Amino acid sequence: MTDERTLAPFGRRAAAVTWRARYGAYVVLGCADTGGPRPQAGQFYMLSAAERWGGGEGERPFLPRAFSVLRAPAGSPELEFLVEDVGPGTKRLAELREGDEVLLTGPFGVGFTPPRETRRPLLVGGGVGIAPLAILQDQLFPNAVPLLGFRDGAHAAGAELLIGARIATDDGSAGHHGLVSELLEAELARDSDVEVYACGPPAMLEAVRRECERRGVPAQLALESGMACGFGACFGCVVATRGGYLRLCLEGPVIDANQLAEVSAPEKQPAGATPANR
Amino acid sequence: MLDFCGIALEHPIINGSGTFDAIAARRAFGDALLESFPFAAFVTKTVTVAPREGNPPPRLWEVAGGLINSIGLPNKGLHGFLAEDLPELAELPVPLIVNVMGFSRDEVAELVDAFTERDEVAALELNVSCPNVETGLVMGADPGEVAALLERVTPLTGKPLIVKLTPNAGDVPAVARAAEAAGASALSLINTLRGMALDPGTGQPWLGATTGGVSGPAVRAIALAQVYAVARAVEIPIVGMGGVQTPTDALNLLRAGADLVAVGTESFRDPAAGRRVAEGLGTIVANRT
Repeated sequence: MTDERTLAPFGRRAAAVTWRARYGAYVVLGCADTGGPRPQAGQFYMLSAAERWGGGEGERPFLPRAFSVLRAPAGSPELEFLVEDVGPGTKRLAELREGDEVLLTGPFGVGFTPPRETRRPLLVGGGVGIAPLAILQDQLFPNAVPLLGFRDGAHAAGAELLIGARIATDDGSAGHHGLVSELLEAELARDSDVEVYACGPPAMLEAVRRECERRGVPAQLALESGMACGFGACFGCVVATRGGYLRLCLEGPVIDANQLAEVSAPEKQPAGATPANR
Repeated sequence: MLDFCGIALEHPIINGSGTFDAIAARRAFGDALLESFPFAAFVTKTVTVAPREGNPPPRLWEVAGGLINSIGLPNKGLHGFLAEDLPELAELPVPLIVNVMGFSRDEVAELVDAFTERDEVAALELNVSCPNVETGLVMGADPGEVAALLERVTPLTGKPLIVKLTPNAGDVPAVARAAEAAGASALSLINTLRGMALDPGTGQPWLGATTGGVSGPAVRAIALAQVYAVARAVEIPIVGMGGVQTPTDALNLLRAGADLVAVGTESFRDPAAGRRVAEGLGTIVANRT
C-alpha cells in the first residue's frame, strides 16, 4: 500500500496570524505557514500559541491541540483553522489576534480519498467538525451539498463557511429542527448512490455510520481523539477498530466506516472538560 | 564524540523510552527525520515477549505542566519486533538501545538473550517498573528483586545493560546500589510518577487503566533530586531525565551527576526538541570553555 499523505516538515515552526474572523460561536484563524506544504483535505495540524501557552485555567494548556485544516487556498501560504472556545487550549487560540504567532506541526495523518465507482460525494458535518468539509469542498467536491448539524443558531453561523449547506439545529433555531442524521436518512432514501464524507461529534458519527451500514453506503469518517503529539509518538489517541486499536494521528483521522464496529465516544463527559484536546 | 558504556555518541541527548516512535515519525516526516535526527542514540518503546494491545482509552490527561498517560506498553511482542520493527530501526543514523520488560526473570532473560544476538542493538535498557508475577513485587521498587534479576541476566549478554529506575520506590539510591553491585552497566531515571485524574463529570477515574504516569515539567524538580541522590550512590553512568524542555534543564541534570540526558514529553510538543536541546547545550558548553 502506498502512503500518499503529504509529509510534515520535521519540527515545530512559527506562523503569524494574518487574520481572524468570528462566525457565531466560532473563530476562524488565518495564519501564514511559509515553512510548510499545502495539506490534503482531512489532514490536521497541532497548534499552540507562541505566547502564554500555560498559565490558564488549572495552569493549562500544556500540550498542543489538534485541528483539521479548514482551508488551505492554493498558491498561498495561508492555513485556516476553525476554533471553538471549549477549554483552556481552545480559549487561548480563540483570543489570538492578527500579528500574534502560533506554533504548529503538520500536516499530519491521512485525509479523504475520492469516491468509489461513480458515487456522488455527500458531506455531513456536525459542530466544529464541519472544518475538514470546507477544504474538501474546495479541493475535490465544489458541487457537493453539505448537510450540517449544530446545537443552536449561534453555532449554525458556521454554515457560512461552506457553500450551499442544508442545516439542522437541535433547538430548531435554524433549518431543520432535529439531527443532521435525519437529513442524511432522507437524502439516502432519495438517492443512495453516494459516498458519505463525515466529521462531527461521536454520537453524530455513530448515527451516520449506522445509517450508511444499513443502506450499504460507503463512508469516510474523520474522527477526533485527544492526542499529545500528532505523529505517533504518544500512543494516546488510539481508537478501537475491528482490527484492534489504531493510532488516529497516523492511520486517521479519516477512517473508512467499515473499519469500525461503532464510533465510541472518547469523551465520557460534557464538552469543555476533556483533558487533552480542548 | 563522547563515550557511554563503550558506545560513541555525538552529543549527550537521547530520548526517553516510549516518547518517540522513530518508525511512525518517519511516516509523518519522511526521510527529513533521518537527515536531522534529534537524538544521539535512539531508545525504543518497551518490547515484551508477548504482543500487547495496550490499555483501553482514554489514555491521556493534561495536568499543570505535563500529562498523565496510561498507554500500557502496546508493542508487537519480541518476534513481531524482530521481524518488523528492528530492520526499520536499524536504518536510523544513531546507535539503537532496545528497552525490554518481562513479567518474570525468565521473560527478561529471553528478551536479553534474543537481543544479545543482534548486531543492530548497541545496548539494552531494562524497564523494571512492573510487577514480577512470581513474587508480586515491582522489580524496580525492591533492591533484592533488582539484584536477583540482574544476577540472572547479566551473564547472558556482553551488551551494556541500563536499568531504568522507577521513582515509585521507597529508597531509590538503595535500588541503584543494588543494580550496580549486581552488574548493571548504567542507570536511567526517572520513569513516570504514578498519578491519577478523576472524570469531572462522573467522579470516577478518567484513565482507562485507573492510574497512569505523570511526566513533563511538573516532575522536573523530582527528577533533579533523584538523579542527584543516585549519582552520589553509584559510580556507573547515569541517564537523567524528567521534564527537560530547555538546554538549561539538561545542563542541570548533567550538573546533578547525569552523563546523558533524555528528552521525553517535550518531544510531543516539538518533535525536534531533542536537537534544539542538544544544540543549545553545545553552545552553553562551548561558551564556558
